[in-house]
Amino acid sequence: MNWFTLSPDEWNAVALSVRVATVAMLASLPLGVAVALLLARCEFWGKSIVNGIVHLPLVMPPVVTGYLLLLMFGRRGPVGAFLADFGIVFSFRWTGAALACAVMGFPLMVRAIRLSIEAVDRRLEAAAATLGANTLWVFLTITLPLTLPGIVAGMILSFAKAMGEFGATITFVSNIPGETQTLPSAIYSFTQVPGGDAGALRLTAISIAISLAALIASEILARRVGRRIAA
Amino acid sequence: MSITVSIRHVFGDFALDVAFGSNGRLTSIFGASGSGKTSVVNVIAGLVRPQAARISVDGRLLTDTAAQVNVPVHRRRIGYVFQDARLFPHLSVEQNLSFGQWFAPKADRYADRGQILSLLGISHLLPRRPSQLSGGEKQRVAIGRALLTSPKLLLMDEPLAALDAPRKAEILPYIERLRDEFHVPIVHVSHSVAEVARLATDIVVMAEGHVLASGPAAQILQRPDLMPEDERDEAGSILDMTIAAHDPGFDMTLLRSAAGEAHVQGRIGDAGTKVRVRIRARDVMIATRQPHDISALNIFRGRITGLAEAGRPAMNVTLDCGGSAIIARITRQSCAALQLAMGREVFAVVKAVSVNKPGASPSP
Repeated sequence: MNWFTLSPDEWNAVALSVRVATVAMLASLPLGVAVALLLARCEFWGKSIVNGIVHLPLVMPPVVTGYLLLLMFGRRGPVGAFLADFGIVFSFRWTGAALACAVMGFPLMVRAIRLSIEAVDRRLEAAAATLGANTLWVFLTITLPLTLPGIVAGMILSFAKAMGEFGATITFVSNIPGETQTLPSAIYSFTQVPGGDAGALRLTAISIAISLAALIASEILARRVGRRIAA
Repeated sequence: MSITVSIRHVFGDFALDVAFGSNGRLTSIFGASGSGKTSVVNVIAGLVRPQAARISVDGRLLTDTAAQVNVPVHRRRIGYVFQDARLFPHLSVEQNLSFGQWFAPKADRYADRGQILSLLGISHLLPRRPSQLSGGEKQRVAIGRALLTSPKLLLMDEPLAALDAPRKAEILPYIERLRDEFHVPIVHVSHSVAEVARLATDIVVMAEGHVLASGPAAQILQRPDLMPEDERDEAGSILDMTIAAHDPGFDMTLLRSAAGEAHVQGRIGDAGTKVRVRIRARDVMIATRQPHDISALNIFRGRITGLAEAGRPAMNVTLDCGGSAIIARITRQSCAALQLAMGREVFAVVKAVSVNKPGASPSP
């Protein structure tokens, strides 16, 4: 047994985890910004309900979220059956893992972006309007750049959450090596078989390394962005 | 060029009810803080949606609640210089200046970038970030940014209030040049009599959400009753005079107008230049006979056209000097001792005058 080289299955798990986390983060970003904007800037009936639904995955047991996803997006679920007609399948595919991770990371992302939108000085937006910029242009040239630190923070949080997501993923898309077996699921599998300690430790080390790298990257990015928009 | 404004709006327990019009190059909305001045310019700019209002600038209707007209802020083409500059922190000075340059329809763009940058003296600041500017520089960049949008009207909300005295002195000449050299009418908000007296061609006086008076600056500034309590001493008269000659021996400049002659210190410009002379009422003494052997150089002959009480011991005496008014603030005791009466001819002895030079080059 080699302590330092990864088996193909283990490599798969690492690559899959990074891919799932990246896709989950990028795909949920536009919706995350939109929902954060809605919650930060708009007053409407049912706002607290929307807010509650967004935060639900944070407080519910992950297994419950995964099971609900299975009910809705499974092959016979109402949404899953509809999407299957267009060739989009989530259940027991890596895309399903990405969906589960996106849902689990969504409250963290929205929260970070929302706080940063609320911190934008609206008087600057008024100034931009007097200079002739319409609402969309004000958003793109003033609000969005000033929100960038929060967006970066939200993306990192979402990525980190996705890298560690276990409960909802394994419930929704199971633990299929090469298709849905992410790092945490692979570690879990190793701990379930005799002699799996070495594999579990190797993946644990990799997991720690990726998390640290993400943290450091976010730190550097945040500092850069912060310097650019410092008042 | 004209603006007409009428607004009725209630914010909580504050009611704004104003109506005025102006054809002036620089109209100052003047009043104590809390009088509703800023609300008025915010409604003109479209930043506050009024309950009832009619605003038109140069014949263009911007707001008419009765006719459901409400031009959105970004299409009003009104430049707004805020008290706190509001430069965009994530953009360089150059990017801030360019921000609004391309929004105006091509045919309406009159702003000349080079002229504006040199008029405001900000060319050397272009690569900097707003955080690297002094308060005065920020405000000049903010003025430039507003002008580069080729506005049809420029609003300035207490543009000097956040600056200390030396910075104020630095900005004032730029605003004067703007007023005199740039063909955009300005509406300016201030609570400082000295600032208004220096800048305004027309004044709207506000108190508690209402207009107390409006009209040409010279007329309004003569009325101490319109001045805020703590600045009543700043009330006075304004004479439009022309530079006649400079005496290099004593380094004094002679000014002339129908009211008479005045001498001021230093060389302030070429002969023939028009200047605005401000004489504060408290700096004027009254003599019933032509004074001789007196150090004061500026003595105007005039006829008393107004005697008004101003506080318990004080009187404001208005003189008509060749068509211009000069106001003197004296005690009631002096007034009685001199037996001043309407129509009587007297002499105004002026202890101090201050001169603004329209079009003068500001020092950098």
